[in-house]
Amino acid sequence: MAAIEVKNLVKRYGSTDAVKGISFSINEGEIFGLIGPNGAGKTTTLRVLATLLSINDGSVTILGYDLSKQAGEIRKLISYLPEDAGAYKNLTGRAYLQFIANFFDSKDAPTMVKKGIEITDLGKRIDDRVDTYSKGMMRRLLVGRALMTNPKMAILDEPTSGLDVINAQEIRKLVKTTAQAGTTVLLSSHNMLEVEYLCDRIALISEGKIVEEGKPKALMEKHQARNIEEVFVRTVHE
Amino acid sequence: MSGLGNITKKEIRELMTPATFVPIILVAAIFATMGNSIQGIQDQATEPPTIGIINEDTSSFGIIASDILHTRAKSVFNSTSLSELQEGLQTVKDRNGVAIIIIPENFTGRIIQEQQGTFQVYWIMKGAGIMDTISSGAVEGLIAYINTNISRELITQNSTVNASFVLSPTIRQETTYFKDREFVGISPNTISSMLSSQSLLIPIVIMMIIIMAGGIVITSMALEKENKTLETLLTLPVKRTSIVSGKIIAAAVIGLILAVIYMIGMQFYFSGFQFSVGVNLETYGIVLTSMDFIWIGLSLFLALIAGLALCMLLGTFAKNYKSAQTLTFPITMLAMIPMFITMFADFDTLPMALKIFTFAIPFSHPMLAPRALLFHDYTLVIGGLIYVAAFAIITISIVVWIFKTDRLLVGTTKFKWLAPLVRRRR
Repeated sequence: MAAIEVKNLVKRYGSTDAVKGISFSINEGEIFGLIGPNGAGKTTTLRVLATLLSINDGSVTILGYDLSKQAGEIRKLISYLPEDAGAYKNLTGRAYLQFIANFFDSKDAPTMVKKGIEITDLGKRIDDRVDTYSKGMMRRLLVGRALMTNPKMAILDEPTSGLDVINAQEIRKLVKTTAQAGTTVLLSSHNMLEVEYLCDRIALISEGKIVEEGKPKALMEKHQARNIEEVFVRTVHE
Repeated sequence: MSGLGNITKKEIRELMTPATFVPIILVAAIFATMGNSIQGIQDQATEPPTIGIINEDTSSFGIIASDILHTRAKSVFNSTSLSELQEGLQTVKDRNGVAIIIIPENFTGRIIQEQQGTFQVYWIMKGAGIMDTISSGAVEGLIAYINTNISRELITQNSTVNASFVLSPTIRQETTYFKDREFVGISPNTISSMLSSQSLLIPIVIMMIIIMAGGIVITSMALEKENKTLETLLTLPVKRTSIVSGKIIAAAVIGLILAVIYMIGMQFYFSGFQFSVGVNLETYGIVLTSMDFIWIGLSLFLALIAGLALCMLLGTFAKNYKSAQTLTFPITMLAMIPMFITMFADFDTLPMALKIFTFAIPFSHPMLAPRALLFHDYTLVIGGLIYVAAFAIITISIVVWIFKTDRLLVGTTKFKWLAPLVRRRR
């Protein structure tokens, strides 16, 4: 069964078509990468699937729910990590995770917070105020927040953005583990190595349209490329 | 272009926005309107007051008093018999007059015997605002002028006259009719002063609560955007109504706490200016009951919710902390306008257009409620409650609707007149 089914999705901002009728589906437990140049429509697509933006045309089904009619049900099952997200600066890291966990089943909240603290790996700094965190610490807190709720579907926009090599690697492993535990992951990234390492399948999006879709290896073979970066350059720029 | 010129040009370009100028233009317009109102009061003060005169005294001092009144006031009812008092009151009331002044038969006789001559004044009071008591003040001035003239006459006639008597040869016995009630022994100015001193604090409390709590709500929305927490919040399993209501309730609680702290200081400040006029309005039945306080509390609560909903609506346009500060300005103005209006005039005596305008501002109602309740005008209070409740529900519904659309995140709007404001904050 497909976790996400997108058919002819159109999203406009005024007279500008940001997404021009894209279609794709993601299987349960799969890690699906959406890659493309800046302004291609990746973030808009992710925001639509995260129930933040309405759609102008087409249809989206997430985990069996119609996005246009059952956004409330979808929000119970998904977790969204925006690219430039932040946290409430006057809270400590722990208080922030607790605040988020309180929106879910109260009996699961302590376990969620515990898991979140483990993922963030902030040590004693978890009890410091968020406004004292470095960019990398903030990102780890937000990744912890996104994955601690055991979502059926995680939508991650540039999950390793702002992290150093070591931290980024840990987050990638975590995403992989999360998917292995049954969570479907949809992510976008500018890091082609990351996409190649993480994703079961990818879609290349350019100017609001999907220009290529498939497994990374198959795409590399098709385009006689040594890596996804070459596929990206050949597909998007040539 | 020099470095200085380049920077100056860039700064001016950044500052030349509607957000910079609209609030100042609004302030200028409000002050201009207030200036016109004050000018109107001055014009009214120079006009002769409309009165009725019943003169039963045909002797010298009665004639002096009557002549001065006829010369310096517009008399619409003249009689020589006290039996025509009711007819006179009706005529003066119909002609929008301010008082009937009775010069009794023994007026001159008493003064000659060095006993104070008595003016019986029946006031027709229309409202308790500053503007409403101008005419009665003018009549009081006339009576003082008569007093001076009689003093001068007494000194001219007899230089050995008793000094303390000659300084005040007349006295007033007054009865005021206000909102179908009779106040024996009190002038309109006294009633106005008493009511003003009782109700001055409430508008200031309301204004402070609205300004403080409103600022909190608008800033909260701006910080959600500035700190990039809004997107996360909107994808959590929580109803939009809960987000909106939660922010409003929290701001109301904090706003109330801040207002209480502020008012403790203000209470001490005001106590330094308060003075007793020696009249207890309770003896005339002008007192707020515990039920009235419940009505006022309800009115205040609903106005606060309506105000915060309005702030929330404005907050959806705020992109950051700086723009939020600008957006608190219209709310401050909306809270100040009814405060000034209720200070200057009674709701009942306002021109119809100003009445509608005042009624339309939700913050007006808790300011109007205490005085209305003192005179059992429940129609205004209950009508106000219904209006403010409807205003709050509609505004909250609009905010929730905005939370369900893309507008909150991408700032697009169908309303073209809002476009510059929205673009500015994107």
